[in-house]
Amino acid sequence: MSATQRGPSPLKALFAREWRIGRRVGGTGSMGVVFFLILVSIIPFAVGPDLVLLARIGPALLWIAALLATLLGLDRLFQGDDDDGSLDLLLMSETPLEAVVLVKCLVHWLLTGVPLVVATPVFSVMLGLEPQAIFGVTISLLAGTPALTLIGAIGAALTVGFGRGGLLLAILILPLCVPVLIFGVSAAQAASGGAVPFLTPFMILLALSLAALAAAPFAAALALRQARI
Amino acid sequence: MRLAATDLTLERGTRLIFSHLSFSLESGEALAVTGANGAGKSSLLRALAGLLRPISGTIELSPRSDMPRAEAIHYLGHMDALKGVLTLRENLVFWSAMLAAAPGGIEIGEALQRFGLKSVADLPAAYLSAGQRRRAALARLLLAPRPVWCLDEPLTALDLASQTLLREVMREHLAGGGLVVAATHAPLGLAAHELDMGGKMDGEP
Repeated sequence: MSATQRGPSPLKALFAREWRIGRRVGGTGSMGVVFFLILVSIIPFAVGPDLVLLARIGPALLWIAALLATLLGLDRLFQGDDDDGSLDLLLMSETPLEAVVLVKCLVHWLLTGVPLVVATPVFSVMLGLEPQAIFGVTISLLAGTPALTLIGAIGAALTVGFGRGGLLLAILILPLCVPVLIFGVSAAQAASGGAVPFLTPFMILLALSLAALAAAPFAAALALRQARI
Repeated sequence: MRLAATDLTLERGTRLIFSHLSFSLESGEALAVTGANGAGKSSLLRALAGLLRPISGTIELSPRSDMPRAEAIHYLGHMDALKGVLTLRENLVFWSAMLAAAPGGIEIGEALQRFGLKSVADLPAAYLSAGQRRRAALARLLLAPRPVWCLDEPLTALDLASQTLLREVMREHLAGGGLVVAATHAPLGLAAHELDMGGKMDGEP
């Protein structure tokens, strides 16, 4: 039997597996967006029907909701594989652990970040946002959520094996997410007018995502190796 | 192929697991690692698989010392590394792709057949019994051929027929020039060297 008959490449197979796990019942796929919906829909009840106020704090609320929704399932990123012994085999595998981390982050973002971005225009209407502001929030979430997932992966790798590492994960990575939050919200607000041109915070947001993309897989893989070996 | 551990000392945290352990194993030989609970059997297997770094001592695979662990060693831990929400077949398709660094293993269908899992192949792994999940984990060994098998209590949860089957599979592996290191409480049921890790219960003399 030859190598070519053996089906997909390791990373494709990993992608398919993570995707299926995320999509099936019991997966964390739809959890984030539902949590996002709950947060955004109860805020107007708490703040009151003041459309001007809601429109002013709307972008910030959406960003905070997105940050928390991303965090929600993140502690399971490696914990599931640790619980059932898969992580040992992934560590032993020929496939570089950095690539494994990257694929897992990609699937997490596709199943959590992208639905948030898609849902944002709808939820923005509930907060009385103007069209420019809706565009600003949506595009800034699209640019910023990859950074949240990737930074979160470092925390998930550090807390793997701690049992209930969810809280510790939040404490570890929330400070690191603050720059993403600041520039995300300022990009969203700059889109609807203001002194700062939209591109200035938006470019920094993109830079944060790219820096996280370059560094996080290595940091997370290092943390996973240190924890186990 | 020869697997040799020389003067191996292992620690976990600050706790000494065992010290100055040596053994060597040639092609076609099996090693049964025995000892009380907590004697360090699993730690030894993890060290062989490269999942624990020894404090001192070496683990060598000769003559192919350049061979990466990933191509040389199958590790079967306590856990079965199966995802409950995926079917058995999906689980095996994934591991077959992940392990397939060295081609030449048997087909997934064949492996399922061999371990009597054909009828449950399309059920989510969470629905299966512990023994069936264990058999699925064992089927992984046949998907990619690797010379060294590190098996941590492979007989756990298996019924008598499956135990016989596992012995048969191990015998074939040994006959093909492979090596088996198995941590076990029950007799392996094949000619094997024995490595007693000792260890005793607290309070025993």
